[in-house]
Amino acid sequence: MITLTHYLVASALLFSIGLIGIMTRRNVLMILLCIEIMFNAANLAFVAYARAWGDQAGQVLVFFIITVAAAEVTVGLAIAILLSRQLNTLNADEVSALKW
Amino acid sequence: MAEAVCFYIFAGLMLAAALAVILGRHPVYSVLSLLAVMFCLAALFIMLGAYFVAALQVLLYAGAVLVLFLFVIMLLNLEPETLARMRVFTLRAGGTAAAALLLALLVKIVVSGGDRPFAAAAPGDGTVESVGRLLFTTYLIPFELTSFIILAAIIGAVTLGKQHTSRK
Repeated sequence: MITLTHYLVASALLFSIGLIGIMTRRNVLMILLCIEIMFNAANLAFVAYARAWGDQAGQVLVFFIITVAAAEVTVGLAIAILLSRQLNTLNADEVSALKW
Repeated sequence: MAEAVCFYIFAGLMLAAALAVILGRHPVYSVLSLLAVMFCLAALFIMLGAYFVAALQVLLYAGAVLVLFLFVIMLLNLEPETLARMRVFTLRAGGTAAAALLLALLVKIVVSGGDRPFAAAAPGDGTVESVGRLLFTTYLIPFELTSFIILAAIIGAVTLGKQHTSRK
């Protein structure tokens, strides 16, 4: 019998994997990918709660999360392209100046 | 029983693919692993009765966002990360410890909330019609506001791209 807890634990695992990725990888693109994983872990928790409580507001929220994630990725990738063209690096440790 | 088997297959595949994303040395493989995560997640959404969200997941994430990632990675022609040995170890140990701590906390919270078996889903729940009706009645103003977010993202991306060409 699969219950709400199963889905929530899967969501927590996915979120933690994303967090490990953010803390261990230094490439800006990899950090963006890991943020996507964490967004999706939140989505899974929202949908599981929507099902458990019979309230579809959770699914509407997932729609908003997907929209915001798409906007975030667009700007993030534009910044990544600028970083690699102008500073010639994608390592988050080396990007420490606000102005050049 | 069939539900449990499906859940464990898709959840296990999803977590394995997520691990492949963060452990892969080459960004293209990571993006392709993330694609597997998205499809497994869509399967889990279908098991939860969220058909519209599952379709959005495949169309938007797998179809649009990941293709954008692939484009950028191939455009930038990345080489695998290089880091000093000591730095790698500190980062890995610190990151894994922090994530394990968070995971323990999350599982404790989830389990202390008590278990709740799923009630039978109402017929028509999670379809485009019912979610769309909610989206255009109760959540109409947030829905309209998302167009501002997308507009801001478009303007931001165009501005960032333009600044680059004018400086060159």
